[in-house]
Amino acid sequence: MTRYTSATDADREEMLAAIGVAAVEELFEDIPESLRLNRQLSLGDGRSELEVFEEFRALAARNTSAEDEIGFLGAGMYDHYVPALIDSIIGRSEFLTPYTPYQPEISQGGLQAMFEYQTAISELTGLPVSNASVYEGPSAVAAAGYVAKHTNNRRRFVISRGVHPHSRETLRTHAHAWGMEVAEAPLNGGVTELPDLGEDASAVIVQQPNFLGAVEDLTAVANAARTAGALTIAACDPLPLALLKTPGECGVDIAVGEGQSLGNRLDFGGPSFGFFAATEALMRRMPGRIAGETTDVDGKRGFVLTLQTREQHIRREKATSNICTAQALNALAGVIYLSWLGREGIVELAELMLQRTAYARERLTQIAGVTPLHERPVVREFAVEIGAPVGAVIARCREQGVNPGYPLWREYPEHPDGLLVAITERRSRADIDRLADVLAAAVVAEREAVGIQA
Amino acid sequence: MIAEADDTLTIFERSKAGRRAFVAPALDVPPRSLDELLPAELRRSEPAWLPEVSEPEIVRHYNRLSKRNFDLDTGFYPLGSCTMKHNPKLHERIAGLPGHARMHPLQDPTRAQGALELMWRLQEALGEIAGLPYVSLQPSAGSQGELAGVLLTRAYHEDRGERRTKVLTPDTAHGTNPATVTMGGYEMVKVQSDANGNVDLDDLRAKADEDVACLMLTNPSTLGLFETGIEAIERIVHGVGATLYYDGANLNAIMGISRPGDMGFDIVHFNLHKSFTQPHGGGGPGAGPVAVAERIEPYLPRPQVVRGELGSNGSEPFYDLDYDRPKSIGRLRGFQGNYGVFVRSYAYIRSLGAPGLRDASETAVLNANYLLARLRQHGVAEYLPAAYDRLCMHEFVLSGEPMRHQLHVKTLDLAKRLLDHGVHPPTVYFPLIVEEALMVEPTETETKETLDRFAEIVAKILREARDDPSVAQNAPYTTPVRRLDEAGAARHPVVRQSKAPPPGAADHSINNGPVPAA
Repeated sequence: MTRYTSATDADREEMLAAIGVAAVEELFEDIPESLRLNRQLSLGDGRSELEVFEEFRALAARNTSAEDEIGFLGAGMYDHYVPALIDSIIGRSEFLTPYTPYQPEISQGGLQAMFEYQTAISELTGLPVSNASVYEGPSAVAAAGYVAKHTNNRRRFVISRGVHPHSRETLRTHAHAWGMEVAEAPLNGGVTELPDLGEDASAVIVQQPNFLGAVEDLTAVANAARTAGALTIAACDPLPLALLKTPGECGVDIAVGEGQSLGNRLDFGGPSFGFFAATEALMRRMPGRIAGETTDVDGKRGFVLTLQTREQHIRREKATSNICTAQALNALAGVIYLSWLGREGIVELAELMLQRTAYARERLTQIAGVTPLHERPVVREFAVEIGAPVGAVIARCREQGVNPGYPLWREYPEHPDGLLVAITERRSRADIDRLADVLAAAVVAEREAVGIQA
Repeated sequence: MIAEADDTLTIFERSKAGRRAFVAPALDVPPRSLDELLPAELRRSEPAWLPEVSEPEIVRHYNRLSKRNFDLDTGFYPLGSCTMKHNPKLHERIAGLPGHARMHPLQDPTRAQGALELMWRLQEALGEIAGLPYVSLQPSAGSQGELAGVLLTRAYHEDRGERRTKVLTPDTAHGTNPATVTMGGYEMVKVQSDANGNVDLDDLRAKADEDVACLMLTNPSTLGLFETGIEAIERIVHGVGATLYYDGANLNAIMGISRPGDMGFDIVHFNLHKSFTQPHGGGGPGAGPVAVAERIEPYLPRPQVVRGELGSNGSEPFYDLDYDRPKSIGRLRGFQGNYGVFVRSYAYIRSLGAPGLRDASETAVLNANYLLARLRQHGVAEYLPAAYDRLCMHEFVLSGEPMRHQLHVKTLDLAKRLLDHGVHPPTVYFPLIVEEALMVEPTETETKETLDRFAEIVAKILREARDDPSVAQNAPYTTPVRRLDEAGAARHPVVRQSKAPPPGAADHSINNGPVPAA
């Protein structure tokens, strides 16, 4: 007996007798002898709760988390404050431990929360239909591509170089299996420069704001795509949408995105959630669960999973997606967060980020030799070129307890000294001033080290 | 308690202009004009119509909603194929430690050694459990793990210059398998089951040809039966150069007892939210790592967590992310996967150790067989016979066909009547090859008393149905809502809150107000 099972020796005897076998081993007689593992797994023995706690605490202590430095890392996940009420609510057993709501009569809480979540995402994106969540941001881009493929059966995606590198790579992974090409639209002046789309573009995919922080002209992209008979897919950062012209207003067909910044912790990259919203015309092609409102036999209001004939458990090989388990708990955190921010609060938060980001951009580009990578409007993140070896500069900053941001060289070799800097409400003016001072010193030191004139 | 007349009001309907929970940190930089920072043509025309509610309202609203959910921490949840085992509370505590929870995914590996070591150790442990040493933790859930398996198969064949077009799945397969086959760019071909619930070997031989890329198999199958012909299946599949894929949904039956790698499987996916105790969260998050054989390893997703050579001077090993994988299928998602899930599942493996994992599987199988034996009692078995008269593994499938015929009570009715007894029903109408199927998976964490009680409840419902089938036919009665109009919901989908109040509705902004007129 381990601490998570309850069968006593006496229980086992009674149960085996009821089954009509003498020993547990007999229950496994269908497994051919040659396929049995006749040794113990080499995983060691079990441990007490205290021992396991200490082991995982020690592992955590070997990480430098957002708790341990003044961090400006973003690039798709952001160090926002998660309000205490989210931990309190999503930690409740009634939300934490049920399965997907297959029995709606005893799942009204989860189903109604999905309905509320869908409403909030619909509002943020300006599109009428949201599903109840997909896995996360980059795979949501691929999921949107799958909808486009089935909508127009064209053979090519055009994806902006301003889309998160992980999203572009994820789309390529999938598109290869679909026999589709992925063409990349370049950036010019920080924003997407659409090539001639031709007649075989299935979808044009852009990010808002893009990976370098720049606000794209979504309307122009959507117009060009529509003219070419392609769908427009926008991967959006949800908090800036509090201010930005919505994908719906811009004529976008599908808006997806990474939902982490809505009330979910960083968790070294997951679990978070992806959101997926679309026009009414695409509703029956969408992936994943969708909650809908209905009534019970007594006329009482209730909620169910609806449009299930899209889904794998009904439609099997003809399903619009294979997704089953998604990110319900993380999406719940998302809708609680959006309710907590509220109609006015979300604008205040986004404006605070806008102002502090503008301040940071100005402070950093006042450093000699540090220049903006583009001049486009930004909301919460911006890119600079530091004119010094970026890896060494970051290392110097870290020694001072500041993580200045994400280096662009791996994914944007055309910007070998590019640095992406993210601002959240957790980064105060004092933090930004400290970043500017530390970065300036590091840049000077590294330039001297390699003999660059400022 | 005050009558809960307003239970179904949404958070939007509880909204009132001017209420708020959030107070923004002070603007501490010199303010600039909005027009200067973000020109009007880039801004939205009106604010997002989000709720306006205070913190106590939010807390009360969602706590109230939570009470309209049934959950595993409250009661028996024998949902077949879903492995609803206890979710240890320790896991929530350690996953919440800031060193895990506030780790940025792009933190430099030199400063993420704890996280990368944890992931590496989990990879090693899963590889040992699967009997396949090469593991990627990246897939977000079982279905994405399946897709990884199909894409790995494609990459493997393409690298050998082979183009194959079909993937085989048994007729007992989870719906995700055929959906994955299509998403992976293959044609799905169904293989029949034989009279004993095994894969029909003759049908498999007839369909396995050089166009077949892969057979996706769940073992034990979704019938809760071990594929006794697995060795022959392996020879047939590998004989035509296809890969053998293991759907790990049912791994809970065989941990430490038999390993998919030893059965000849090339690719395995795990459901960390099933076998390894990640709480289901009402529909996620999960994680779906894959383990593969050496010949598949070059194609694993990027990046891969690796351990550097131990320093010759006895220094600590270095854990890193390896992006230099030229034959990789690429990414399936962003960052490194659902790390928070890895923390919980690895804690589970550490807590149980090798003996505990084996005990978990043995007890899961013992519990399932015991419950099956209890349901073979007089008064139940006539109406709800086991679909296959064999010992089962961790779950079993009953057929409600005689019950439907003789009592005019369908499996759905039985399931709904179970709700009135405070039990989550088993999976219903799956697998598809069993008429009126009821798929029961008790898991190892349930007591004998719980299993006895479930058997008694089923017997009682059937006795009641003999007297008056309408009781079950119209169940449930005690749940927050009764049977819902699902057809109507699909015909006229209402998938978001309307901004306009329903005609004749009371002022929704007043909490505890009357229910809106239907």
